[in-house]
Amino acid sequence: MKPITVIRSRTAVMPSSNIDTDQIIPARFLTTTTREGLGTALFADWRYDAAGLLRPEFVLNRPEARDCQILVAGRNIGCGSSREHAPWALLDYGFRAVISTEIADIFRSNSLKNGLLPVVVDEATHGWLLANPGVEVEIDLGTTTLCLPDGRTLKFPVEAFARYCLMNGVDELGYLLAQGDAITAYERRSA
Amino acid sequence: MTAKTLFEKVWERHVVVPETPDTPAVLYIDLHLTHEVTSPQAFDVLRSRGLKVRRPDRTLVTMDHSTPTETAQVFGGVPIALESAAKQIRQLERNCAEFGLDLIGLQDDRRGIVHIIGPELGATQPGKTIVCGDSHTSTHGAFGALAFGIGTTEVGYVLATQCLLQRRPKTLAIEVANGLASGVSAKDLVLAIIGRIGVNGGTGHVIEYRGPAVEVLSMDERMTICNMSIEAGARAGMVAPDATTFAYLEGRPRAPRGEDWQRALADWTGLRTDPGAVFDKVVSLDAAAVEPMISYGTNPGMVAPVSGRVPERPGDPVFARALEYMGLAPGASLRDQPVQVVFVGSCTNGRLSDLELAARVLAGRQVAPGVRMLVVPGSQHIKREAEARGLAKIFTDAGAEWRESGCSMCLGMNGDLVPAGQYCVSTSNRNFEGRQGSGARTLLASPATAAATAVRGRVADPREFLH
Repeated sequence: MKPITVIRSRTAVMPSSNIDTDQIIPARFLTTTTREGLGTALFADWRYDAAGLLRPEFVLNRPEARDCQILVAGRNIGCGSSREHAPWALLDYGFRAVISTEIADIFRSNSLKNGLLPVVVDEATHGWLLANPGVEVEIDLGTTTLCLPDGRTLKFPVEAFARYCLMNGVDELGYLLAQGDAITAYERRSA
Repeated sequence: MTAKTLFEKVWERHVVVPETPDTPAVLYIDLHLTHEVTSPQAFDVLRSRGLKVRRPDRTLVTMDHSTPTETAQVFGGVPIALESAAKQIRQLERNCAEFGLDLIGLQDDRRGIVHIIGPELGATQPGKTIVCGDSHTSTHGAFGALAFGIGTTEVGYVLATQCLLQRRPKTLAIEVANGLASGVSAKDLVLAIIGRIGVNGGTGHVIEYRGPAVEVLSMDERMTICNMSIEAGARAGMVAPDATTFAYLEGRPRAPRGEDWQRALADWTGLRTDPGAVFDKVVSLDAAAVEPMISYGTNPGMVAPVSGRVPERPGDPVFARALEYMGLAPGASLRDQPVQVVFVGSCTNGRLSDLELAARVLAGRQVAPGVRMLVVPGSQHIKREAEARGLAKIFTDAGAEWRESGCSMCLGMNGDLVPAGQYCVSTSNRNFEGRQGSGARTLLASPATAAATAVRGRVADPREFLH
């Protein structure tokens, strides 16, 4: 995974609350055995009509949403299924960060492990972002700040170890494997 | 000694390396449940890095999500209709062979939904840490285990190291007073709980369900409740183990035996929240006030009594959009809403007692004309039991389809789908848009409500059939 420090992009806004992972990628796409190429399935039931054609009114299909790397979602995005296909699809489509007031636990964990940055903001900031789609914002993982176009800078929480791994391209599995002696000792102790 | 919650006791015994401000805890996992959908990419990581599965003996593998439920495709030599599903199943068989894992395969008589066979085999036990690449892993908390869903990357971590990196979650006590009224089930209770705290009410927390109404529940009922903890956003749900738990487990294939059983009992008996232990949050509920519930919207928090009406929330565009999808008007009566499909099954309500409840309603009655009813047992063991006890005959005599076990129409991965625009009363766990098929409209309810609805062809109150 490439190290992440700063993400600067215009925002795409989906104001619905409780966007669940079944919406992010419907179950029929989960029979895949790879993690690649899922961007075409992102929000499939909202993006395409029954004939498989793009719905022009859907926010991500509008010209102004092209190349947006930051998704601003209504409260509580990512609830439901644990499918990691959800962050895989968002990343493959081109998103690198998701902003909301609340981000569901498993989706947040899955996102961090793949380099999709979950950013939780307060109600007022969230309300402003929802009301101003397409603004350019900057997310700085080094300072854990979100910078709005009017110069306002807000701190956001990120779990310390996940942040370290994202910024340094460190692999968590490597870290866990390095705990092998402690794991063996635990297994002996509890056997 | 400080008073501890059940969760804290289980958590603390599994800490391999304690957490620090800079690093999460390394948490040991006793049991890893694995299935075909969320594992292929994890096995790929192991393969690409030259890693082995650390503890095949702590890994229970089966297939359930994309497996067919039609007998001919499972046992009759008819090819699996959905090619991508067949490919995923074959991939799991190859991965298990390559990594030396026992697989409870398609034709194995122990097969079933992973969250149903774990308890059925006695692999799910009090005090264990249990994970699976599936959010309904919370089911196993019914035994006093700490059980939660993980993503595929973490499936790889557990395969390789038997550990996860975890920050300690917060605790939420849900205290349920009194007892459920006659004709009201555990499913109604958990829907009422989610309706009360919302689909994000448990985020960041592990729930412990407590109180007199919980203590009298059977294991099947406790599993139904813990199963839907994730629908309130919680990491996990737990119930303290007691005599009911021990009676369920004794003699099961993977439960301890002889002296080991006695030792286990002594240990498990201590797995209770100490008097005076403090939860981060407490919610109290009166079970006696709970009625048969049904969902009307597009998440499991959008629920009302079967006898009630769709709420009115003028000026809420998200709410309006959900009702538009559902084709329901604000203020509309839920009872008598026509339905086209009824699904009884899933890890929420696919156990034997669920089928018994549905059969009690259906016995001597017929599924209404124009309604398709699908009954899918949660495991092959449950299927055999239901056939031996005459339940299957009640279903087929009533005109319902009786299938092989699997996740089936809960999420439609295997092709068991609800057509666009149709209403399905379903005993499963999610009524998200498109969950049971593009455009499908799901109404979540108990097995009794589902069966009563099948008979009437419209949403019905099961109490009229059970009394």
